[in-house]
Amino acid sequence: MTTIGTRIRAPRVGESAPRPDGVPKVQGRFAFGSDLWADGMLWGKTLRSPHPSARILRIDVAPALEIPGVRCALTYEDVTGHPFYGLEHRDQPVFARDVVRYHGEPIAAVAADHPETARRALEAIIVDYEPLPPLVDAELALDADPIHPDGNLVRHLRIRHGATDTPLPPDAVSVEGIYEVGMQDQAFMGPECGLAIPSDDGGVELYISTQWLHVDRDQVAACLGLPQDKVRLTLAGVGGAFGGREDVSLQVHVCLLALRTGRPVKMVYSREESFFGHVHRHPARMWYRHSAARDGSLLRVDARLVLDGGAYASSSTAVIANASCFAAGPYRVPIAAVDGYAMRTNNPPCGAMRGFGAVQTCFAHEAQMDKLAAALDIDPVELRLHNVVAPGDVLITGQSITGTAPVAELLRRLADAPLPPARLADELLARPGGAGRTADDAHVHRGVGLAISFKNLLFSEGFDDYSTARCVLENGLVTVQCACAEVGQGFVTLAQQIARETLGIDEVVLAAADTTIGSAGSTSASRQTWMSGGAVWRACLAVRAKVLDAVADEHGCAVESLEWTDDHIVVPDGPTIEVRRFSEGRVFDEVVEYHHEPTHALDANGQGNAHVSFAFAAHRAVVDVDVQLGLTRVVEIATTQDVGRLLNPLQALGQIEGGIAQGVGLAVMEEIVFDEGRVRNPSFTDYLIPTALDMPVVSVVDLIEQPEPGAPFGAKGIGEPPTISSTAAIAAAVRHATGLALTRIPIRPDDIALATGGVAT
Amino acid sequence: MTGHESIDETVVDADTDVSYRLRVNGIDHDVASAWLGESLLYVLRERLGLPGSKNACEQGECGSCSVFVDGLLVCSCLVLGAAAIDRTIVTVEGVGDESGAPSLVQRAFVEAGAVQCGFCTPGLVMTVHDLLHRSRVASDLEIREAISGNLCRCTGYGRILDAIERAFAAADEGPP
Repeated sequence: MTTIGTRIRAPRVGESAPRPDGVPKVQGRFAFGSDLWADGMLWGKTLRSPHPSARILRIDVAPALEIPGVRCALTYEDVTGHPFYGLEHRDQPVFARDVVRYHGEPIAAVAADHPETARRALEAIIVDYEPLPPLVDAELALDADPIHPDGNLVRHLRIRHGATDTPLPPDAVSVEGIYEVGMQDQAFMGPECGLAIPSDDGGVELYISTQWLHVDRDQVAACLGLPQDKVRLTLAGVGGAFGGREDVSLQVHVCLLALRTGRPVKMVYSREESFFGHVHRHPARMWYRHSAARDGSLLRVDARLVLDGGAYASSSTAVIANASCFAAGPYRVPIAAVDGYAMRTNNPPCGAMRGFGAVQTCFAHEAQMDKLAAALDIDPVELRLHNVVAPGDVLITGQSITGTAPVAELLRRLADAPLPPARLADELLARPGGAGRTADDAHVHRGVGLAISFKNLLFSEGFDDYSTARCVLENGLVTVQCACAEVGQGFVTLAQQIARETLGIDEVVLAAADTTIGSAGSTSASRQTWMSGGAVWRACLAVRAKVLDAVADEHGCAVESLEWTDDHIVVPDGPTIEVRRFSEGRVFDEVVEYHHEPTHALDANGQGNAHVSFAFAAHRAVVDVDVQLGLTRVVEIATTQDVGRLLNPLQALGQIEGGIAQGVGLAVMEEIVFDEGRVRNPSFTDYLIPTALDMPVVSVVDLIEQPEPGAPFGAKGIGEPPTISSTAAIAAAVRHATGLALTRIPIRPDDIALATGGVAT
Repeated sequence: MTGHESIDETVVDADTDVSYRLRVNGIDHDVASAWLGESLLYVLRERLGLPGSKNACEQGECGSCSVFVDGLLVCSCLVLGAAAIDRTIVTVEGVGDESGAPSLVQRAFVEAGAVQCGFCTPGLVMTVHDLLHRSRVASDLEIREAISGNLCRCTGYGRILDAIERAFAAADEGPP
C-alpha cells in the first residue's frame, strides 16, 4: 500500500499487491471444489480398470444397485451423448466399452448416499476381463499392432532446418547421447472434485476445479448430448493444477450421475484415484548428436525424440511440438534435423504439465552442451555464451526472434553470482539423507551445474487462444468478470492491479469465473497474465474511453484535451474530476475479446512462425552427493529469468520458487513407477514430492526486465521457465559431483551408488 | 447407541450408525447417526460444516488436515471421528481471535505471499501454531523439519519460511 496524502492507495501494476483470496484461504473459509455441499447431495465414485490392456467380456452393475443407499450405476450404455471426449482429439471413451487401454481407465460410476456406500457399490460391480499383453514400450509402438482405432502414432513432427544434406567439415567435433525422462505427476494438493446440480430446464450446473471452463463445457455438453447453453460451468476453488486439470477427468461422470438421479452429486477423488484420474508428464527417450566447430560454434543438431503419450491423445500433439521446436535449446543452430514422435501405448495417458515438452528436451540438450564443452575443452559457460540466441536470430523452426531475448545477460549474471558457503561438517541434517543421518561426511562430494532454457508463451501453431473480459464501472466500484481459472497462480491479484492501474479506482471486485461470459482460454502455457490480463486491460480501457466520452460530453470539450492521471481527469480550464465520483449514478459496461498476434502452422519441414513469444531462464545448482549411498541434497538453486516486466514481484517470486521445487522433484525424487503398464506408487507414501527439508535455498540473482513488444504491460509469463532448466542444472551438478554420465532423470540413489561403487571418479 | 457416552467396542459392529458429540473450537456439535468408520476429517468437513481442514491425501502423508486434539497436532484423516469424543478439538476455523480476525500466523502467511492455491495452507497454519507453542527459538533446519510433514506443491516453501520468520517475530510481541 502506498500512502497518498491521508488516503491509502491500493496497489497498482508493478507492486506486490496481496492476494484478494489470501485471508479466506488462511482461515479455511475459501471454498474449494471439494468443500461444496448441496441439499440432498449424493456421492459419486468411479470404477477403474485394474488391467493396462484387456477385453471386457461382461459388466454387471445389478449387484451394486441392490445395496441400500446406492442410487444409480452407469456404464458406457448410459452415456447420453457422444461416447468419446478429448482435449484435441475425441479419442477417449467416457466409460470403456469393449476394451480397456490403461490401468485406471473408467468402467462405471455410481452415486450413493454416503461415500462408503459408493465404495462398496464399486466392489459389488462384476466385470469380467480377458487380460491382453500390454504395449508398454513407446519405441516399439510404431511397428506394433494398433491399440486404438486411431493408430499408435499420435504425431510425428519433422524439422529440417538449414542445409541438412551438407557434410560436416572434417575437423568438426560431435558428441552423441541417449537421454531418458521418467513420468512426473503434477501432484496438485487439491484432488479432482466437482459438484453437479441438475437444473429445471433439463440442463446441469457444474461447479468444477479446472484450468479451462469452456473447453470442459464443450466436451461435457457433447458427451451429455445437451446444447451448450444447458451446461453451465462455474469455477470452484482450485487446489493447484500445473497442467493436470487441462483434460476432463470426472466432469462428464458427475454430470451423468446428477442427470440420471435428478439430485446433486459430488465427486472427490482420493489421492490414489487422482494419480489415475489425470494425465502426467510424458516420459521421453531422446537420441541427440551435437556437432560443433573447434571454436565452439554449433554447426548442427540431430535429434530423435520419442514421447510416450500413453493410451489417449490428450495434448500429446502440442507437447511433441514443443519438445521438437525447442529441442536444440536457446542456441543458434544453422542446421538441424529433429524427428519428434508422440506415441500411443498402454501406459497411463500423458498430457500437459508445467514446461510442456520443453522440460524433457532441456534435460537432453543441456547435457549435450556440457558433453560438447568437455569434448572441445571449452568452459561450459563460455560454450553457451558463444552460441546463445539474441533478438533477430533464427530458431531451428526458421522463426526469427522478434521480441526480447536477454539470454547472454541471464547467463553472465548467473555465472558471476557467488557460490553458497561450504557445508558445515557438524550440520547433520544438512547432509544428504537428512534426518536419516546415514551419510558419512567423507563420502559427500559437492557438484555445481548450470543450464539454460526457453519455451513459447501462449498457444502456438495457428491456435487462436483468445480471452474475454468484462469491466463494469458503477458507483465508484469496478467489477471485473473473466472466465480465467485461478488455480493458485495469482491472476485474481493481477486482474485487480490492472483494473486499478487503468481506471484509477481502488475498489475492484472479481465476479465468479463461469461460462456466462466468453472463453478465457486455458490457465496454461504461461498465458493468462498476457491473455486474460490483456483482456481485462482492454475491457478497462474500453470503459475508460466511455468515461472520457461522457466527461467530454458533459463539459463540452474534446476527448483528446482530457488528461487522465490515476484516479482523476483534468478538464482543460475546468474542474478536476475524480473518476470514482463521476461514476456515481452511471454504469459503464464493456466486454472485450483479446487476441494475440496470429501464429502459423509448421510446414512439412517443421518451419514456420508458429510461436508468439519466448521466455528464457537460467539455473545453477549446487548439490551435495553421498557417492557411496547415492543420496543427494540440493543445496542451492540460483536463477536468472527473463520476465519482460514484473507486475507483482512477490507473486513472481512465488512462481519462481514453486516452479523450481517441481524441477527439483523431477531431478532427484519424482517418478510414477509402472511395471508392464501397472502403476506401482499411486500415493504420497510412495510418490515423493519435495518437502521443506528437500527444498534448497533459492537465490534469485536477477530478473531481467526488458518489456516484451506486444505483451500487455510488457510482461512475459513466468510460471513455466523455473521448472524447465532447474532440473537440467541439478543433473549437471550431480554429474559434476560423481563423474557419472547420468543420462536419466529422476536420478535415483542406485543410479549413483551402483555406478560409483562408492568412489567418486 | 443413543447417548454421548464413550463407545464400547464390544457392542458396536463397524456398520452400526453411532451418534455422539464433539467439542470443536469451543462449541459442542452433535453428530447424529454417523457411520463409525468416518474419520474426524470427514466428520468435520461433511457433518459439522467445517471444511477448512483439507483432504489432500487422506493417508496421513500431507498434513493438510492437521488439527489439534487435546493440544496435540494430528492428521484428522487418521483419527476416527468417534474416537475424538470428550476431546478438545481445534481446527483452522478456531485459531483466529474471537472477532473472526486472522491469527498472527494467518496474517503472516498472507503478508509473506505464502499462499498460492491455498490447499495446504490450513494444515501449515496449524503446524506453525504448534511450532510456536512448542518453541520460540528454532534454526532454519529445525523449522524446515517441523513443517516437513506438510506438503506444498505451489510455493517451494520459500515464502512459507518467510511467513514463519514473521510469525516468530510477531509472537515475541504478543500471543499467536
